[in-house]
This record gives sequence, structure tokens and C-alpha cells, in this order.
Amino acid sequence: MTGFFDRMLGRGKESSANKAKERLQFVLVHDRINLPPERLKEMKQEILAVISKYVKVSDEEVDIALEQRDRNNNTLIAEIPFSESLKTDLDESDMQDESGAANAMMLDLDDDDAVDEIVKHHDDDDSSAMDDD
Amino acid sequence: MEAKVVTITSGKGGVGKTTTTANLGVSLARLGKKVVVIDADIGLRNLDVVMGLENRIVYDLVDVIEGRSKLRQAMIKHKQFPDLYLIPAAQTRDKTAVSPNDMIALCRKLKEEFDFVLVDSPAGIERGFRNAIAPSDEVLIVTNPEVSAVRDADRIIGLIEAENKGPARLILNRVKIDMVKKGDMLSPDDITDILAVGIIGIVPEDENVIPASNSGVPVTLNENSRAGVAFRNIARRLNGETVEFMTLENTGGLFQRIARLFAGGQSE
Repeated sequence: MTGFFDRMLGRGKESSANKAKERLQFVLVHDRINLPPERLKEMKQEILAVISKYVKVSDEEVDIALEQRDRNNNTLIAEIPFSESLKTDLDESDMQDESGAANAMMLDLDDDDAVDEIVKHHDDDDSSAMDDD
Repeated sequence: MEAKVVTITSGKGGVGKTTTTANLGVSLARLGKKVVVIDADIGLRNLDVVMGLENRIVYDLVDVIEGRSKLRQAMIKHKQFPDLYLIPAAQTRDKTAVSPNDMIALCRKLKEEFDFVLVDSPAGIERGFRNAIAPSDEVLIVTNPEVSAVRDADRIIGLIEAENKGPARLILNRVKIDMVKKGDMLSPDDITDILAVGIIGIVPEDENVIPASNSGVPVTLNENSRAGVAFRNIARRLNGETVEFMTLENTGGLFQRIARLFAGGQSE
């Protein structure tokens, strides 16, 4: 619906004003926390490396996003589906039954917010969630 | 109403700080306020020419601070408004000639006599900027609808918050309404969304502005200028009045509102 009216207003997703807005939102998130995109990427990789020591994570499904609701309110939201633990002394075949995509680790590194609120924001296209993995 | 020091700043240069300061000074004087405008851009004096007062300068801000002249002697009375004064910047010195404490002391003195002290900040985030915001009770950030200017405005907003001078308010200058409608320019809504800051004025691009500064007569004295009206409105808001925004809504607004309705109340 939005798209239709945006087009009629000449303000489709492709308009240069929208491009400017998206680029600004991206760059400002990093400016404000003084953490360039490359550093954030490194951090995500380290987080993943730690988690991968304990559970089997498939890289393609990992989603670690930085969200900023305002200047001083940053949240790191991670959705990291995993299939099984990596306890070495367990028989592999025993674990198979309990495995599946239903397992997911929600990592909330914000100190004060409820998880479901964050997830809602996360699903919102218009949020300034940075998702660059 | 208590006297107020209002600093006009931007981060990026060339967005219209000096034009804004001159026009707000004149507009507030027209509202019957006692106003002094200070050019805090030491070494790059400009507010005097924009206001048409360049021929009357004898002493400047640094002369006052270093004790070579009395405050009174450095204050230049505006030709048309007897309650509007300018304190010019020094042209041959640099920003280190003034400290934040000097500005605080100076403005404290001026507040005893004036309703508004407007400080025209230099561009940048260094000493000159620090000097300009040190005495301020209220900060106005001038920006343009361009990525570079908006990014710098965001940086300034952060610095002002860190100095406990916030919340700053935004003046969006040089808005081209036709371009916004076509989606070729960030809209006021886009920018307040991005910066999460209050807005005190939207000034449309106006071809009257350059001729006005050519002749040293601030554009707000031109009754037919749209930018002039916008500056007058900002002055009234600064003075505590509630003044409706002249936005894009006045022209293409109905359609946009309908579009918003269909989009579930979300702005695009």
C-alpha cells in the first residue's frame, strides 16, 4: 500500500531522497557510537566464534543487528539459530532427534528492555536496524 | 521574560548561520525586543556585511575581551532599529584570542541590558564553536537538506547534549519544495526523523536572500520574501509564541495526508 502512494508522490524506494535517508541512518548509527562498520563486523565475528565453541551454528542464518532508538539507546540484537550442542562426549546420533531450527538463542545485550519489544522493532522495515552480515 | 543567549551553529559551513543570525536579530528587534548579535567567528568576520554595518566598525569582540575598548564602544547600533546592536568579530586575530569563559562573562553582562543575545558561531567543532556555545541558554542548529549538512548537524547535536546545552532545535534552511515533492530532496519530516530533534523553523530556498545580503539588508525586511516570513516566524517562536509551520502541507499537503492515512499513519 505504501509503495503505491509513494510512487504516486514520486517518492518510491528508489527516490534519491529515500536513498539519502537510508544512507544517513546507516552512517549516523556508526557515528553516534563511534564504532565503524568494520569494527562492528569484527565484534560480530568474535561473538559468533565464542558461541560456536558451544553449539553448532550455521553462519547463513545468523542475524546480529545493531539498533538505535535514539542517540543514547543502542541495542545489539542477535538471533542465532543452532542445531545442537558440541559436547564432545555425547553420541552424535543421540542428539539428532532433538535438533532442529526450533532452537534459537536470543541475545539481548541491552540492559533494560524486554525482548519482545525489541523483536517487534527488529521486524519493522522502517527501523534503523543495521543488518550487514 | 528572562534574557536569553541563543547560539546559532551548524557544524558544516555555508548552510546559512550568518544569514539566520542577521535575520533573527532584525526580526526580534521588529518585535520590540532589545537584541545584540555577536559575531563569534574570529578571523572570518561576516555578520557585519550581511547586516550592512561594516562601515561603522571601530572596535571588535577581541578589543573588548582584551580591555582595549569598553563594551559600549564595540557595540554598533543598527541603522533602522535603535534596539539592535552588533558586536563584530576581530578580523586579524584567531579563535584562541577568546575563551569560553570570556564569552560567558561577556554575555552575562549583556543579559542585564538585552532581551536576546544572539551568538553567530563559526563552522566546525573546535575552539570557536566551544566559545559560541559556552554562554548559550538555547542552541539553534542550522542545516540544509543534504547528507553532508545533516550528518554534521547530528554530530553537533551530540556535542551539545554532552555539554548539557540541549535540547537544541533545528532550523532547516534552503528547502526546495518542488524537489522535496519529487523525491529529490530530503523532506523536513525525513530530517527530524533522522536527527530525532525538535524543529523551530523551515526556511524555503528564496532568490531574494542573495540580493538582500548584496545590499546588506536582511531578507526578512522584504515583506514579499518567503524566507523572510520563515525567519519572522522563527523569531516569534523564540519569543515564546506558538506559530504554525508553513510547510509543504500548505501546497501538496492534502494528498500527502491521505497517503499517510492509507499507509497506516506512518510517514513514508
